[in-house]
Amino acid sequence: MSKSKLYSLMTVLMIAMLVLSACGGGAKKVEVFSWWTGGGEAAGLEAMIKVFNEKNPNIEFINAAVAGGAGTNARAVLATRLQAGDPPDSWQGHAGQELIGTYVAGNQIQPLNDLYESEGWLSVMPKTLIPLISQGGNIYSVPVNIHRANVLWYNPAVLSANGVDVPTTMDEWFAAMDTLQAAGVTPLALGEQWTKMHLMETVLLGTLGPDKYNGLWDGSTDWGSAEVTTALENFQKALTYTNSDSASLSWQDASQLVVNGDAAFNVMGDWAEGYFRELGKSPMADYGWAPVPGSVGVFQFLSDSFVLAVGAPDEDGAMAWLKVAGSKEGQEAFNPVKGSICARTDCDKNLFGEYLQSAMDDWSSNTVVGSLTHGVVANDSWKSEIDTALGLFIQNNDLATFQSALVAACASSGPCK
Amino acid sequence: MHRDKDRYLSIILISPSILAVLIFVYGFIAWSVRVSLSQWKGLNPDYTWAGLTNYINLFSDPRFLVDVRNTLIFTGVFVIGCILLGFILAVMLDQGLRGEGFFRSLFLFPMAISYIVTGVVWRWLMNPAEGDRLSGFNLLFSYLHLDFLINKWHTTETWGIAAIALAAIWQMSGYTMAIYLAGLRSIPDELREAARIDGASEFQIYRHIILPLLSPVTLSALIILGHMSLKVFDLIIAVAGKQLPLDVPAIYMWQTTFDGLFYGRGAAIGILLLVSVAILIIPYIRYTLRTEAQQ
Repeated sequence: MSKSKLYSLMTVLMIAMLVLSACGGGAKKVEVFSWWTGGGEAAGLEAMIKVFNEKNPNIEFINAAVAGGAGTNARAVLATRLQAGDPPDSWQGHAGQELIGTYVAGNQIQPLNDLYESEGWLSVMPKTLIPLISQGGNIYSVPVNIHRANVLWYNPAVLSANGVDVPTTMDEWFAAMDTLQAAGVTPLALGEQWTKMHLMETVLLGTLGPDKYNGLWDGSTDWGSAEVTTALENFQKALTYTNSDSASLSWQDASQLVVNGDAAFNVMGDWAEGYFRELGKSPMADYGWAPVPGSVGVFQFLSDSFVLAVGAPDEDGAMAWLKVAGSKEGQEAFNPVKGSICARTDCDKNLFGEYLQSAMDDWSSNTVVGSLTHGVVANDSWKSEIDTALGLFIQNNDLATFQSALVAACASSGPCK
Repeated sequence: MHRDKDRYLSIILISPSILAVLIFVYGFIAWSVRVSLSQWKGLNPDYTWAGLTNYINLFSDPRFLVDVRNTLIFTGVFVIGCILLGFILAVMLDQGLRGEGFFRSLFLFPMAISYIVTGVVWRWLMNPAEGDRLSGFNLLFSYLHLDFLINKWHTTETWGIAAIALAAIWQMSGYTMAIYLAGLRSIPDELREAARIDGASEFQIYRHIILPLLSPVTLSALIILGHMSLKVFDLIIAVAGKQLPLDVPAIYMWQTTFDGLFYGRGAAIGILLLVSVAILIIPYIRYTLRTEAQQ
């Protein structure tokens, strides 16, 4: 009750703000909505706003950021605004189906193909990326940054003390974790429920390979098939190597187990690297990284991107913002501060640290596939059904029921018929 | 004549709030009922008639069944715990000990804290980590050589939700104590003295005189605590986040509506919550109104 009151209050305040700013005369302005309110994200946004203001001194930038973890609050506020017919000019969203499934279906964002062509972005962004942020040939958002989901973080000292090499296949990984478990080391650090979904998607990718993995999301790979069963069995097996208190750990807690030497491996997106640096750890000495076993040569990405609203109050302002968001200058201002890499492949490598440089190399050369947990491959409804099925599976460990729930989720909310 | 004027004035004065309640409470309840009978899924409203499908599906939805089980466990542990602890504290304070005011505030104080704060603190206390990383209660048990007490708290299978109820008991038992203390104070001393003269033991006095006289207080406590536990949301979110083993209807409603865009299903859960609270509260309100009218 009090939460919904808070939202209506915030909505009222925002509308009041809009009305007030509308009284300021005919000056051009652009309102950009995001959940970047703290840490490197907010600093990165500020840096990008600075670039925007230099290029567009006559357009006022209104930063309509709403605080709250991973945008849950912001998205509820945005939904309220869109239902009230009061869209911001542009808003942040995870590139891919999270945006497309929700806002294209609701006819609330516009295709940006012309912008991509006039700015020449098609030649500076990876070819395998474009289909993942498009629907029916239309590109719907401008990715600002890229994170990698399929990263296996490891503690080099723990591995060498137990005579274990960095694994590149599922079998090697399981063999390594058997050795570590026998030596009394926690082989794989894991956190709360969404980090389990993150682990699941990387194991699906590592077992099925990029083509079959992509097929899961466009309906060409059967969720009920034997190969998916094998992948889920691998996931089930991976769970047996994890710490017993995973349900009470955040992703930070789980990643920290690795750099502290309490666990050998952790699968987490590459924002973990920014966290390791905050802890004062150094690359290759305190932590190492590799693609999740079985996914070498594949870059499982997620990205924050910006869209153009249907009925944007100031469409020119929004276009000016999107041009900055996709430009080399804008992305070079944002990403080193945020701790991510550019969606463009032509950013200056010297601006980035050791890990990010290696990620940039992979980004421009690997096959790109999308992340489930972070909104690229499945729409919100589908993802939430998968999340429920996963939560039940973690409780009852019943693989057959889990797989049939996944088949049902794809039929009810995905492309499967 | 003068009377009529007063009546009109009072109707005029009260009408804005009646209007607001009609629109913002009953209007939106009606709207939620309508949404719960629709197929609405996605950001755009879709009022296509779906009948009771959303409700029927919920009762075969394994997640909702987990939610119902969790709510029952939580309510049972929370209500019984608060009432027992609240009653014992009230009886102890009622013995006329020195510094009663201090202890009364001490026990009541947790109620002033928000569930979010309680949740964050208890999240640390109930840390289920093992081995070298023991902390919170488990570390304390290990210092005291009470290792058999070390447990997984809210991450325990099936019964984890009862650990969350512990935090809620900590927060609300002081409040239950205050209600009981008021009840105890309203029982005339003559009754106890008469019983003592008749040769009743202290236990018999509580069993046959105090407890029956306190039954309206117990009923109030039951209802207030019961409807709180049906609606519990923030405490669980603060301790455990959105994780299925500790799921309750309110969290499912929030997640399925705003993360999954299943508006129809979310509204159905909301209406079921409303009905379950109403079943608890409406008879009580009627009973109170009737006794007040009699007085």
